[in-house]
Amino acid sequence: MEFLIALIIGVLTASGVYLVLRARTFPVVLGLTFLSYAVNLFLFAMGRLTLGQPPVIAPNASGYTDPVPQALVLTAIVIGFAMTAFALVLALKARAELGNDHVDGEDAP
Amino acid sequence: MNPLVIAPALLPLLAAILLLLLRHPNLRLRRWVSLVAVLGQVGLALALMAAVSAGDILVYALGHWPAPFGIVLVADRLTAWMLVITSLLALFALLYAIRGDDATGRHFHILFQLQLFGLNGAFLTGDLFNLFVFFEILLLASYGLLLHGGGRERTRAGLHFVVINLLGSTLFLFAVGTLYGVLGALNMADLAVKVAATPAENVALVRAAGLLLFGVFALKAALLPFYLWLPAAYTHTSAAVAALFAIMTKVGAYSILRVYTLIFGANAGPAADLIEPWLLPLALATLIIGMLGAVASTGLRQQTAYLVVASVGSLLAAFGLTSSAGIAAGLYYLPHTTFAAAALCLRAEVIARQRASVGARLALGPALADSRRLGGLFLITAVAVAGLPPLSGFLGKFLTLRAALAHPQWPWVMGAVLTAGLLSLIALARTGSLLFYRADPNLEVPGTPSNGIGELVPIIGLLLLGLGLTVGAGPLFDQARAIAEQMWQPQLYIQAVLNPGGSP
Repeated sequence: MEFLIALIIGVLTASGVYLVLRARTFPVVLGLTFLSYAVNLFLFAMGRLTLGQPPVIAPNASGYTDPVPQALVLTAIVIGFAMTAFALVLALKARAELGNDHVDGEDAP
Repeated sequence: MNPLVIAPALLPLLAAILLLLLRHPNLRLRRWVSLVAVLGQVGLALALMAAVSAGDILVYALGHWPAPFGIVLVADRLTAWMLVITSLLALFALLYAIRGDDATGRHFHILFQLQLFGLNGAFLTGDLFNLFVFFEILLLASYGLLLHGGGRERTRAGLHFVVINLLGSTLFLFAVGTLYGVLGALNMADLAVKVAATPAENVALVRAAGLLLFGVFALKAALLPFYLWLPAAYTHTSAAVAALFAIMTKVGAYSILRVYTLIFGANAGPAADLIEPWLLPLALATLIIGMLGAVASTGLRQQTAYLVVASVGSLLAAFGLTSSAGIAAGLYYLPHTTFAAAALCLRAEVIARQRASVGARLALGPALADSRRLGGLFLITAVAVAGLPPLSGFLGKFLTLRAALAHPQWPWVMGAVLTAGLLSLIALARTGSLLFYRADPNLEVPGTPSNGIGELVPIIGLLLLGLGLTVGAGPLFDQARAIAEQMWQPQLYIQAVLNPGGSP
């Protein structure tokens, strides 16, 4: 499972970095989304991967999973979501005001 | 638990909520609410400074959860110093904004207060993840402020600013996640203890996370090679916002100082002095590049932005000396450079407005309507920024150079700082002579006439603060030295957070 999670995070990050470096605003926003998915998974995995364990104190629990990364990732998801929405609206505004969707606002000749 | 610790963060938040609830489109009322809130913050920051001046470190555990389990707000001398600078800067930026900049959109004052909430919170927090959250708050507010008023150029600059900062946030989360995964701590004091006791097999991971964090803070502080977002953003936003943004780069500098003296400082065992080989060379390179940018600028606003980049360079060069004297010199230089940069931003717009179509471009333009007053102000600001005697810029630079003598690389520091001073002199002298001496008499079309002395009041106020820094240099430098000494003893901070009220 560790290998699979690591692979997913790696692929998401690589795709995110590639897309962020594109010249059009839509791929850039998609790339930011991929990067935030990657970092959310990464944060979650930092509490170690455990199966079927409760995060809060329970009677008869054989072990616990770390609740802190779950709280962190919740915060990070909310913030990342809001930021992505903002970036998307800004990209649309730039498309409307500058007349094209190049990140520099002008098409290469 | 002293409520004074949380008050500087709560007041702007409550003010922003109140402003949000004021549905009535009464600009006067909004201006008064905003102004009263900022004045209150000045008062609170000064009260906090008085409360910690004896060397106490005040800790406020949110919800009474003790550290390291809950989130703590910590006020020490450095925090109070930064809060005072922020609130004074905000006061003058707001005084300028209420003369018209705030009328171009409906939410200026809300965003302004939220930005202050983020800034004050970032200075107060004692938790690394909480620092991330406050960074996001101040960034989200700054996106809104940057775009305030709209316009093509602003949108284009805003897009770059937002994307680069979102990338920075992602990196921040990766760094924080790694630190938590390895050490199981987020509280800064707790991290400091645990970093020092890192087992050998995890040292590489901790160092990687620490350096990743440095990259994030360098991005916020606009350190080379991450400064490219700054000139465009500062050039195209409104003057009052650009003036407030003068503190934004200092948040990065503050975070570098806090994290790399407390967590990765001299006592950090295997990760001690983590960024020492990087900070000084990068800071000196930033200083030179910023000044070269200022010399090569084609516009007044652009030149101001590059001078901000250069000021970050000299500030971090002082911090990069990794000595108590260097940090003290940097802390004395910090308010000076913040106020001077804000005065430059405001002054640039006043001048641009009087030059009609030529605007802020550095080209031959019509004679200014009140060139005498503006010229005088330009001269004083230029002297302050270039670091010439007798103003505080000179003192800051002198203290930095004196502290540098103890550093093995002192010839490099001397050379870079003095070369940068010469370059800034060339840039500002060229700009000044173009603006005030070489007016084109054929271009008689006057720009928007001067709004009277009123719009110069914030600029004069900022310069008077600089003058205050010069006149009060003795006590203020003593204060800076006291802060530096406190920074140099991270065990005091750790003790106050993790073992409140306990015996050592």
